[in-house]
Amino acid sequence: MTTQPLRDRYDLAVIGAGPAGLAAAATAARLGLSTVLLDEQPSPGGQIYRGIAEAAAATRAALGADYRHGQTLVDGLASSKADYVAGATVFDISPASRIAFLSGGHARAVSAQRIIVATGGQERPFPIEGWTLPGVMTAGAAQILLKQADLVPSGRVVLAGTGPLLWLLAAQILRAGGTIDAILETTERRNWRVALRHLPRFLASAYAAKGLALLAEVRRKVRVVSGVSHLRAVGGVGLEGVAYRIGGATETVIPADTLLLHQGVVPSLHLPDALGCSIMWNSLQRAFQPEVDDWGATSLDHIAVAGDGSGIGGAQSAARRGRIAALDAAFRLGLIDQPSRDHAAQRDLKALARDLKARRFLDVLYDPPEQFRVPTGDTIVCRCEEVSARRIEAVIAQGVLGPNQIKFFMRCGMGPCQGRLCGLTVTEMFAAGRGVSPAEVGHYRLRTPIKPVTIAEMASLPFGAHADKAVVRL
Amino acid sequence: MFRRFTDRPVPDVTILVDGARITTKASDSVAAAMFAAGMSSCRSTVVEGRARGPYCMMGVCFDCLVVIDGVGSRQGCMTRVRDGMVVETQDGRRELGR
Repeated sequence: MTTQPLRDRYDLAVIGAGPAGLAAAATAARLGLSTVLLDEQPSPGGQIYRGIAEAAAATRAALGADYRHGQTLVDGLASSKADYVAGATVFDISPASRIAFLSGGHARAVSAQRIIVATGGQERPFPIEGWTLPGVMTAGAAQILLKQADLVPSGRVVLAGTGPLLWLLAAQILRAGGTIDAILETTERRNWRVALRHLPRFLASAYAAKGLALLAEVRRKVRVVSGVSHLRAVGGVGLEGVAYRIGGATETVIPADTLLLHQGVVPSLHLPDALGCSIMWNSLQRAFQPEVDDWGATSLDHIAVAGDGSGIGGAQSAARRGRIAALDAAFRLGLIDQPSRDHAAQRDLKALARDLKARRFLDVLYDPPEQFRVPTGDTIVCRCEEVSARRIEAVIAQGVLGPNQIKFFMRCGMGPCQGRLCGLTVTEMFAAGRGVSPAEVGHYRLRTPIKPVTIAEMASLPFGAHADKAVVRL
Repeated sequence: MFRRFTDRPVPDVTILVDGARITTKASDSVAAAMFAAGMSSCRSTVVEGRARGPYCMMGVCFDCLVVIDGVGSRQGCMTRVRDGMVVETQDGRRELGR
């Protein structure tokens, strides 16, 4: 692995250094492609293996064996010939595959014949009353503080929501010596009926033993309240408590200093959508994702998406998808022939198919309840522009055309997060209000630049004589 | 509220947050350093002026925006601390020129 200086042109650029990006870059470089890996974080690993290269021994111990596995991927990159740029925020990719990114306050650009987008996922929005109060954050945020800063929540800690990460985080907090006052579980009991169909495949997978051990470890030490159907964060300037209800029962309020919310992970859409990749609705995972084939190839000739960004599959599947996409890149760029590609990818393709089938059980069991996806009343939907559910409901009822028109009417989705924290919620609100599928509603049109960038930063791009000619009157 | 559960062998650095000196780990992000120092709010919002703190810690939510060395709307969770860094909580809308 090298870090500087960069070439102007590469065979392959990989965006994102999580498991998919690390595996893709290392594989591609080994196959002889000139490869650059651009990543926004200061060190490789993505979110799942965040800070792995620098983590203290006690932190690695608290995070468990799966986290330590990330070191193998980082080592794979380090021993490859791929160029790696940390702290590189990609904000635009031109149709000619010129990739513009911010690095150390300056804009730079590289070109690539082929691009693998490995930008992963983010936590699904969890819009409840009071979720904007300081003291309320995502489970993933608390996990990042554990991984990168050895910080464990102290004081009165409540976890709420549904999904594997909630349980994993709980176990990690306990192992780091933290305490948890309660876990408020929102998983709907009726999900079990549908999930049972997928149970045999799940039980046969590696996920099952790990998951059950985790559940047992947490349940021994923490009060778990199941079937929570109503949830709000209570406080003035900051969080003071968490109020919850189970069905028609009266509301209970428990004091809390920290509330950690989680209801699953969804693909990050900004880069593939802004590039113009065809996007589809995944009804099982209840999220939008780019349309890809078995090799991660999108509807655009030169763009592939690998990892959770092409549908949530977890860290191991992400690494497999990274290797598979890299092999396909080597084939398309003429470095290997088709039989070699197919042969080299065989094991990963097979294991990937098996693991994704096993995960269906988790997708169905942890399908988040409607009331936590479709907010009402004063609950904030757009955190940046502070737009409430009530105001959005009103314009939907008035016949506003869709999510993009909502932007014009009330600036919802037009703040610095560019719709990352409200996009899915707005789509779900339309779908619920009109009685149609989110597929029919669609998503905000996401545009470049996909990260906020100042005019000065953009102007610092090396445009070249051709671009100067285009704007200078002669 | 957060506390360190281990002392990682990384040098300490000192930053200023709203004029207060904070000693923190060189591997911390600005947002992590603020949490470690007991601050859960880092700005007031642009429309209603309410207290807001970091929410996602991974560069997605932009709730951790602060003023760093005079430049406004920097993502505290994506910026590493540096010795002598001057951080200010961000009050409402970003001003022209910062």
